[in-house]
Amino acid sequence: MSQLQVSITHAAIVETDLQFSLDDLCRACGTDAERVAALVHEGVLAPVGDRTMEWRFGGADLPRARRATRLMLELELNAAGAALVLDLVDEIEALRSRLRRYGAPQPRS
Amino acid sequence: MASMDFKDYYATLGLAKAATQEEIKRSYRKLARKYHPDVSKEPDAEARFKEVAEAYEALKDPARRAAYDAVGQQHGAEREFRPPPGWNSGYEFGDGAGDDASRSDFFEALFGRANAGMRAERASMHAAGDDHHARVQVDLLDAYRGGRRTITLQAPVRDAQGRLSLQPRQLEVNIPKGVQDGQHLRLKGQGGPGHGKGAAGDLYLEVQITPGKLFRVDGRDVYVDLPVAPWEAALGASVTVPTPDGSVQLVVPAGSPAGRSLRLRGKGLPATPPGDLYAVLSIALPPAANDAGQAAYRALAGSFEGFNPRVALEA
Repeated sequence: MSQLQVSITHAAIVETDLQFSLDDLCRACGTDAERVAALVHEGVLAPVGDRTMEWRFGGADLPRARRATRLMLELELNAAGAALVLDLVDEIEALRSRLRRYGAPQPRS
Repeated sequence: MASMDFKDYYATLGLAKAATQEEIKRSYRKLARKYHPDVSKEPDAEARFKEVAEAYEALKDPARRAAYDAVGQQHGAEREFRPPPGWNSGYEFGDGAGDDASRSDFFEALFGRANAGMRAERASMHAAGDDHHARVQVDLLDAYRGGRRTITLQAPVRDAQGRLSLQPRQLEVNIPKGVQDGQHLRLKGQGGPGHGKGAAGDLYLEVQITPGKLFRVDGRDVYVDLPVAPWEAALGASVTVPTPDGSVQLVVPAGSPAGRSLRLRGKGLPATPPGDLYAVLSIALPPAANDAGQAAYRALAGSFEGFNPRVALEA
């Protein structure tokens, strides 16, 4: 079993360096434009641009969209349900962050 | 076909073989919520979730379930499993959802053949390759400095017969300076190969910062506990503080209470803008272990006879 060493010269930070079109997001999430649009309407994603064809998504929307579409597929949630889950996960992550800051013992993860 | 362990999908979902489709769906939903990696903190959530999802894939479609049940009956007491020849003729399988790279050998052996036909058709079209996703652990110091890191991933690879296996794959990645916990790196073209003239997909790496024993990280800010002696806190002192990228001198102002945060501006993660490093004070008491120590503390008490630390509790 050979291990092929591949040299990468550049890795972009998605959240700060990149932008995505609707097509990019659909491809990255393995989903269709309707589902992505539903997430935009729920406020999960916040593209700039008026018409769907003009939508530009900030980098942070990619992992967010992927998480939302995974939840919709695997937990059989609709867009509103996925939106609520993401909001709660955000809050949990913020609380965990504060616990880390104050040096509280962490639950196993 | 190679032999492998039989997978009891009913047991995975905690169901009897006579379970109704409704019970199968209900059990899947409950377990999927429990083990979904995005919301679960169980230690092996990802692996358990895959098991549950695969069991549901096999049982939710009545045609697939019937095929699986037939194989299960023949399997009986055998430990090892060999699919009988021609067993799935006459059963028509629906389009399986989800990434079939995540299914077990057993599942592939039973149901993979249905997808092989679809894949052959896809190969004649031009399609972009799939994006791949993985997690990578980055030491806090590597996040501070950036630079080359070699990472090893387990990548699903198909051989000429269409069988799936996990091959280790090494990549040398340029970790950007100041990358934060939870951010993603995109490596263009390092995902799944394209079909026909399609471009290869991309590889996304989710960064997990390992802060080590001394430091705690919150976004781009870094926290370190700084114990000081009582006289240092009361009279002030210049102390050495470790940072992830070397030590610095810090002035503790006179009269600093325990819990005070002293900010070292710009000494956090070098993102844009850079974060800060906070030294959080704690007072370390010298032990009153011997006569001299006890005498020193009594003298201290004597010098502060009017001092009441619990005045707020007595109000």
